[in-house]
Amino acid sequence: MGRLRTLFLAPAAAWMLALMAAPTAIVCAYSLLTRGTYGGLGAPWTLENYRRLADPLYLSLLAHSFYIAGAATLICLALGFPLALFISRAGPRKHLYLSLVILPFWTSFLVRTYAWMFLLRDTGLVNTVLQTAGLIREPLPLLYNDGAVILGLVYGYLPFMALPIFATLERLDPHVVEASADLGARPLATVMRVVLPLARPGIVAGAVLVFIPCLGAYLTPDLLGGGKSAMIGNLIQNQFTNARDWPFGSAVSLALMAIVMALLYAGLRREGEKLL
Amino acid sequence: MSRLLPVYAAAVYAFLYAPLAVLAVFSFNRSRFTVWEGFSLAWYRAAFANRQLVEGAWNSLIIGAAATIGATVIGSLAAYALWKRTSRFTVAALYLSLVTPEIVMGVSLLAFYQWIFRYLDIRLGMHSVILAHVTFCIAYVALVVFARLRTLDPSLEEAAMDLGATEWQAFYRVALPNLTPGIVAGALLAFATSFDDYVITSLVAGVDSETLPMVIYAMARRGVSPAVNAISTVIVLGLGVFILLAQRLQRT
Repeated sequence: MGRLRTLFLAPAAAWMLALMAAPTAIVCAYSLLTRGTYGGLGAPWTLENYRRLADPLYLSLLAHSFYIAGAATLICLALGFPLALFISRAGPRKHLYLSLVILPFWTSFLVRTYAWMFLLRDTGLVNTVLQTAGLIREPLPLLYNDGAVILGLVYGYLPFMALPIFATLERLDPHVVEASADLGARPLATVMRVVLPLARPGIVAGAVLVFIPCLGAYLTPDLLGGGKSAMIGNLIQNQFTNARDWPFGSAVSLALMAIVMALLYAGLRREGEKLL
Repeated sequence: MSRLLPVYAAAVYAFLYAPLAVLAVFSFNRSRFTVWEGFSLAWYRAAFANRQLVEGAWNSLIIGAAATIGATVIGSLAAYALWKRTSRFTVAALYLSLVTPEIVMGVSLLAFYQWIFRYLDIRLGMHSVILAHVTFCIAYVALVVFARLRTLDPSLEEAAMDLGATEWQAFYRVALPNLTPGIVAGALLAFATSFDDYVITSLVAGVDSETLPMVIYAMARRGVSPAVNAISTVIVLGLGVFILLAQRLQRT
């Protein structure tokens, strides 16, 4: 008994050891090295790369990333909570409405980001329509700014907010809502003072699940921010490509990972559900 | 409130779908500018005549197929094993692969490959992309198959073994047939994830392994070409069918 289990687990365990654990170990080692000439690696073991993280330049980039991810998370909440509430009250159509939220998430993140470039650029649809209507003369600078990045992130990760909130609303005892109404609360008061507090676990989970990918975003700030709204992800990418400073890039990469783990631990610690 | 909520929800759905709908509509526009000048399939012809796009699409299909097969086999087996008894290392590693930002996984794999390649005479190429894709697809498959396993009564297998079935027979004849919809759903999601990936792929791809997202990315950065709208529409529709199928399978 159990030999089959070992046999079945072995490929995944080996694969994860080779292509998740080992690469992480390499990056840990790189982050302690110095950058050699010609972008190679120097030998001495040092903490210099981590010390560089405290440079105001990088701290402000970090703060900016937190601001962008935070704003995207709040907007996702403002859109996602009412959406989840609507779906949870939709009766037999629940599944349809739910899959309509999930569907775009799986269909090409790149294409969905590109769609916003198509809409927002100077010669894009929004500006063309506004100009044709005579509302503006010069195109509005809609693309390549913080707003465009936040918009793209909200568009990308809204399902991560709506789904966990929906899950907690599903588990909500309908009698509680009825009792609130029977006692004279208006529908809005019931939502704000009964449903919202009870949906807290879902909201926290959703916020963590949205905030994490937003904080580590690379493609969205790259395409919609156009270098004017760079985030941590862009810094990492730049260190590994143009700047060819792999040790520093590794340190930034590990710092981002540490933040992600801390957020996950803080946010999902109490969420008991086992997915694996 | 009860009247406002559906309106609000409808607006959010419009927000989710309108950009893609607009993109699709303008892929049929005759003009190369964002002014409607009449219906035309010219940009679809242009997209399919574009050698880079076609080559990228082929590479993406090959990589997607290979990564899907690898991840589906490994992920399904792992889900079954974890259903029997959990393994802290594997579960932690799978979760980690889900929450690691793509850019972090990309540079880690790049660093790893460069380190390995110092000792072996290999370069970045299709194989390095496929290995990377399998890595981030295993967890998706395992999650979907595991969700399916949770609805499976363990006493079914126990009954089979009480009646003389071996461990393998219990898996093959009892569990596997029940898992098939979950495995197929996991495979479809894995393919969709692999086919769409840009961030990790662009870091670990070689000169001969430019994928469709990489070509689209380059074209999108260069500026407007409605051919990108056309190819995007094809991708969204294709992956959309895959996902609808996966969702249906997960509910059976």
